[in-house]
This record gives sequence, C-alpha cells and structure tokens, in this order.
Amino acid sequence: MIYRENGQFKSSYAADQQMLPIGQDRVFMVALLVFVFAVLPAVLGDYVFLSLLIPFLILTIAAIGLNLLVGYCGQISLGHAAFMAVGAYAAYNLVLRVPQLNFLLVLVLAGLVAAAVGLVFGIPSLRIKGLYLGVATLAAQFFIDWVFARVKWFTNYAHSGSVQTAPIEMFGWTIDSPVEKYVFLLSLLIVFTLIAKNLVRSHIGREWMAMRDMDVAAEVIGIRPVYAKLTAFAVSSFYCGIAGALWGFMHLGAWEPLAFNLTLSLNLLFMIIIGGMGSVLGCYFGAAFIVVLPIVLNQVPAWIGFPISTAMASHLEFMIFGALIVFFLVVEPNGLARLWAIGKEKLRLWPFPH
Amino acid sequence: MRHQVGVKYTVLAALLAAVFGSTALQAQDKAGVPAQKKAASAPAGEQFFPVLSYRTGAYAPNGVPFANGYVDYLKLVNARDGGINGIKITFEECETGYATDRGVECYERLKGKSPTGATLFHPLSTGITFALTDKSFTDKIPIITPGYGRADSMDGTVFAWNFPLGGTYWTSSDMLVQHIGKKEGGLDKLKGKKIALVYHDSPYGKEPIPLLQERQKMHGFELLLLPVTHPGVEQKATWLQIRQQRPDYVLLWGWGVMNSTSIKEAVATGYPREKMYGVWWSGAEPDVTPAGEGAKGYNALTFLAPAGQGAVHKDILKFVHAKGEAAGNKEGFGEVLYNRGMTNAMMSVEAVKRAQIRYGKKPLKGEEVRWGLENLAIDAAAIKRLGFEGFMAPISTSCVDHEGGSAAQIHTWDGSKWVVEPGMLQPDMSIIKPMIRASAEKYAAEKKIVKRDCAKETS
Repeated sequence: MIYRENGQFKSSYAADQQMLPIGQDRVFMVALLVFVFAVLPAVLGDYVFLSLLIPFLILTIAAIGLNLLVGYCGQISLGHAAFMAVGAYAAYNLVLRVPQLNFLLVLVLAGLVAAAVGLVFGIPSLRIKGLYLGVATLAAQFFIDWVFARVKWFTNYAHSGSVQTAPIEMFGWTIDSPVEKYVFLLSLLIVFTLIAKNLVRSHIGREWMAMRDMDVAAEVIGIRPVYAKLTAFAVSSFYCGIAGALWGFMHLGAWEPLAFNLTLSLNLLFMIIIGGMGSVLGCYFGAAFIVVLPIVLNQVPAWIGFPISTAMASHLEFMIFGALIVFFLVVEPNGLARLWAIGKEKLRLWPFPH
Repeated sequence: MRHQVGVKYTVLAALLAAVFGSTALQAQDKAGVPAQKKAASAPAGEQFFPVLSYRTGAYAPNGVPFANGYVDYLKLVNARDGGINGIKITFEECETGYATDRGVECYERLKGKSPTGATLFHPLSTGITFALTDKSFTDKIPIITPGYGRADSMDGTVFAWNFPLGGTYWTSSDMLVQHIGKKEGGLDKLKGKKIALVYHDSPYGKEPIPLLQERQKMHGFELLLLPVTHPGVEQKATWLQIRQQRPDYVLLWGWGVMNSTSIKEAVATGYPREKMYGVWWSGAEPDVTPAGEGAKGYNALTFLAPAGQGAVHKDILKFVHAKGEAAGNKEGFGEVLYNRGMTNAMMSVEAVKRAQIRYGKKPLKGEEVRWGLENLAIDAAAIKRLGFEGFMAPISTSCVDHEGGSAAQIHTWDGSKWVVEPGMLQPDMSIIKPMIRASAEKYAAEKKIVKRDCAKETS
C-alpha cells in the first residue's frame, strides 16, 4: 500500500537507469543517510562506535571487494585477508617512510599495491577454476602471512613483529575520536559502495557476470577472459587493500601478521555467503551478521540479568551463532540480501496478497 | 505444501528452544563465576576492576586458574578487609579467548563501567597488550603486564601507562641464559654451544629474540629460532629440526596447549627434558600434566609465585571458599598460575592503596591509580604482612622504571609437583637498559609521543 511504485513514470533513460528507481527507496535512503550521519553520532556511546560500527564499516568495504570477485566474477578466493594485510603494511610503510603524504593518497596507494599483488595471485585463475582456484589463493594467504612475519623490513625491524601507527592527520584534521573515525569511514564506505554499484552495472561488471555464468560462452561473444578475470582480481584486491589499511590504522592501531590470518579470510567469505553473493547490499548484511552479532550475543545474558559465567556466555555465543548461520542458509540459501528483496516484494503487495 | 513448511518451522524452533534451554540449565549448574550479577553497574563508592580472562579456547587450561586466582583475591579483599580501606571492590569478567580483537572489544566494554572508570587492565596476552598500549595514551588507564607485554614498556618516560611489574621477556630470557651459563660453569663456556628457542609465533614468542641475539653476540653460542604457529598443537616439523640439530638446550616460549604439546614432542623425539627451560608462562601444572611421566625433569622459571599454599591461601579458604564463592569451582587452587593471578591482583590492590594515600580514600580514576603504580614499594615486610611470603620478590617502581626490579627462580617438575631450586636469578640490567632505551625511543618516534619528564612531575 505504502511501498508501491504506481504512478511513478520514467520519461528518460537516465531516470530509468538510476540506482534507486523507486521513489520510496530514495526517500528511505535520504532518511537513512540523515540517520547515520546526524542521529547516530549524537546518541551512541564510544563503545558502540569502537567495537561494533567501526569494524563493521571497514569489513563491509572488504566484503564488497571480495563480493566483486566471488559473487560477480565467480572466482573463489580464500586469501583476501592477505590482500588486506598487503594494504595495511603498504600503508604503514608509506606513512613511515614518506610522512608528508596525505592519508587519502596513502590509502589509494596502499590499495594499488594490494591490487598489484592481487593481480599476480589472480594469474592462476586463467587456468584453474572453482575449488582448485580456492586452493591456489590459499597459497597467497600463507605466502603473504609468511612474508610479513619473516621479512623484517616490512615491519621496520620491530623485534616482536608488531607494528603501531600514529593517529591520522590530514588537512589539519586529526582523526582520533571514535565519532570522527566513524564519520570518515562511513563517507569512505559510501564512496566505495557507489563505485562498486556503478562498476557492476557498467560493461566491466557485465563482463564479470558473463564470466561467472559461463566462461566459454562469454569468450565466444568476445569477452577476453584474461582481462575480465584479472580486472576482477585487481579491483577486488584494491578494495581489500584499502580495507586492510583502514583496519590497521583506524581499528587496531597496532597489529601483528596474525591479525590478517586465514580466519579473517574465511570470515570475509562467510560474510558474502550469508549476506548474498552478487549483491552489494548483501555485503552490509553479511558484515553486520559476522561482526556485530557475536558481540551482541555475548552480552545478551548480562543484559537480561541472567547470571552465567563468561565461559558459558562464550559457548552459548558460538552455539547460537552457528545455529543462526544454519537457520538463515536453510531458509534462504541466496543470503540475507535475497530475504530483504523478498520482503520488499511482499511489501508491494501488502495488505492484499494474491 | 504450506502446511508442511509450517511444521518444518515448528520443529526447527522447538529444536532451537531445546538447545537453548538445555544449555541454560547447564549454565545454572555450573555457574562458576557470577560476575555479571555483581557488576551490572558499579554504584559510586566502589573501585571497579575489569577482568579480561579466557576460560574457553586453546589457552583456557592456563587462563582459567589465573582468572580464578585473580578473582578470588579480589573477593578476599572485600570479604576480609571490607574492600580497599573501606572502598568495596567490584569487578566484571570479560572473555577474550586470547584473541586480540575480542580483547580490545572487552576493553572498550569495561573501561567506562563505573563512575570513575576502570582501575587498571591486566590484558593477559601480549597481543592484546600491544593493542591496548596504543589506546592507553588517550584513555589514561594503566595497563599492567607482570611478566609479559612489551619489554621496552618498562621505560615509563615513553610508555606512560604500561607496567610490566616484576619482569619482562628480556629480563626472563636473560635470567635463563645466565642460569644455563652457570650450569655450564661460566658464561664463557657457552661458546660453541647450541641453544634453540621454540617460540609461539606471535609478539609474545618473538619478544625475547633481541635479548638472546645480544647475548649470542657476547658469548658466541649458536641460536636456533624455531617458530610454532598458533595455537601450537602441530609441532612435528619443529621437533624434527631439534632431532637433526641436537641443540644443547631448548628454551620454550609457549602458552596454552603449545606447552604440553612441546613436552610431549620432546618425549617422542627423545630430547632430554632436563635440558629444557621454559619461560614463566611455560611452567605451570596444565603444561606438564598432559605429558604424564614424560614431563619429569622439565625446568621453567618461576615468576613471583611458585606453586604451593601460604598464609593468604588460608584466608581465601576461610573467607571466600568456605562461603561457596570460589571462582570457577576452585579449579587450580594453589597451582602456579592460580597463585600468579592472585599475586597480580594483590599488586593491583596495593597500587590502589598507595594511590589512596595521595588522593584520599575514595574510588580512584585510572590516572590516579597510575601514581600508586609508579610509587609502589612492596618490600619483604609488606609481603609477609600480606601473607605472600615465599610467593614474590620485592618490587619498587618509579616514574622512570615501571618494572620495579625482577628476580626469579628455576623450578623443576618431579613428576607430581614443582620443586623450586634455591638461589635467586637476577637479570643483568647493564645489557638490558640500553636496549630498552633504544627500543622505547624508536616507539616514541613512530608514534610521535612526547616523552614525559619525570624530574618535573611531583611524586
């Protein structure tokens, strides 16, 4: 009744191709932006920003990156935390060795370094597919872990292999309070979401999807697999590189190679599987599910005044979290984004379903 | 069709409910630490101690007794003394699972829990310590890392909020090298000897390496560095190397299941346990008991507290355990790590007491507690008065020296208990001090920290 596009006529191609074709969606989006930019910083405490929202925002960028590769181009990767590590250490070294660089430039350069590394590790994708490719990207994970743990130059000869960063300053603005970090990351996330959204609607995105759906057919109609697959690897690693740099500088502040281990790679993969493959919106849902839910679950017993030991709360967290993953995948194998779409579909018919 | 779907959901919901219900029941049975109950919100007039612990995961065998000791002592101070000079202690546990990200999350969760905020933090993980050190400069809450953390953080002019009370990995590795030198009949006899370091491949395990390399240059022994990946249950390759290289001594820098696995591998490889020396985190009951008889002869450093029971244990039995308030079902009572947790709690409480002399008998902020930590002096008489005789060496801190001196003994597992070898070991600070200074300077430069001028601060 409320959510219905009756009477909204498109009279130009531009209107037909816009990102949010339905008027109500645009209103919702504006309201959402006002809410996240103006209302949330005013009402939430530091804890929510530091422990929930900041990791959520950063990992959403990483999840979008991985989704471009896995969801849109159909190339599995088990090594994306490694590309995050490349971005983080590239940014660390840039800030350390060329201190006059602006942080935004550092971010882009770190992303480019990660993209270059991603390109190299994407080469096997030209010959192998599916699970075999997954195993090949696993090599990236282990190799890059090893490099940062053993080659001392990357960590500036820190004796424990742990590096630390100074607060970020750019244009005379020191980003150190949780709210500032949140606003900065949110703006970055919006920019990267827009880029990703437009990439997948452009000819590059269509090439990726053609490769995903059937590579032989794509080749027959004139899509070069080398170009399509390697651009996907490069763009995806670029995103992850930037996310990695942000993860190090904005979230951790001090980190060791372990911060970017296989667990993080798998978590990224879970995010896009649970959120929805081939959906940018799904990355948001997936990241929220993986990052925020366990922490919330862990505190629920305390909130409802149910006195249990911390160990039991921790065990419960794992069990319920696991059960929820199974539940959502059983209900909707295409992820939370698909559930969202179904919900919207139902809302259009409400209150008179056929 | 519709009907079937409905049935499916009901079954699923019922299953979920059953799972949840049964675990909830279990939880009530086992309610080891009713921490949340106590500290949902600490009212004014109470000193709030956050407790970062790990009772789950690969490091739980070591995390549980430590947390129990820590919590039991806090409860004892409340039950026996009525708090710290009348200020009741409140505390809340948070499970980190030894993971850095969850540790940081716990820190953020607990740092502002009471009107005066968290008193101080014991991260109980070197990785978490590194991450929290970064935050300490803005949050102004002391980070206490007795026997772990960053070695260079004993320099209080740069690391204004870190307190590696009573020892670091540089002092501990120095003591171990000295002890081995003594066994060989002098440090000069180490020339040409082969010493292997089997270490947890994380900041924790890598910390002692610079000191060992320094000592290697001085004495000319050969140093083999053998990393073990987290969590350390897979060490076949490492011990194969030991079998091939046959080092004269093995230093073990492990934690959690890694320790017991190492000892079991040593048994399987036939490496003499008498030649193995663990750091103080590799020398507790959970490390040796899984290896059974095989662990006999294994040595490790003691830190502050060896195993055993003293006057303070009697108090804990009387005031805490007798009332059925023991943390975690009394697990590990009187064991090495339990005693260490207890001693850590004691040092924290003493720091608050010290700070109360300056700031008055009221709940104190982290910033005020730092003064207490910087002016902490626990001498032999105080140790005796507190019931810790034989469980710790005296420490005395200052604005510059956040370690307060370090001393330890070697203890050996005889198959059923730890036997302490008489004779205190002391690190050679003339080697360590310049290294600390260099490392701290580098940190200050990287982080753009302005050094404190201790001479100007009133004490």
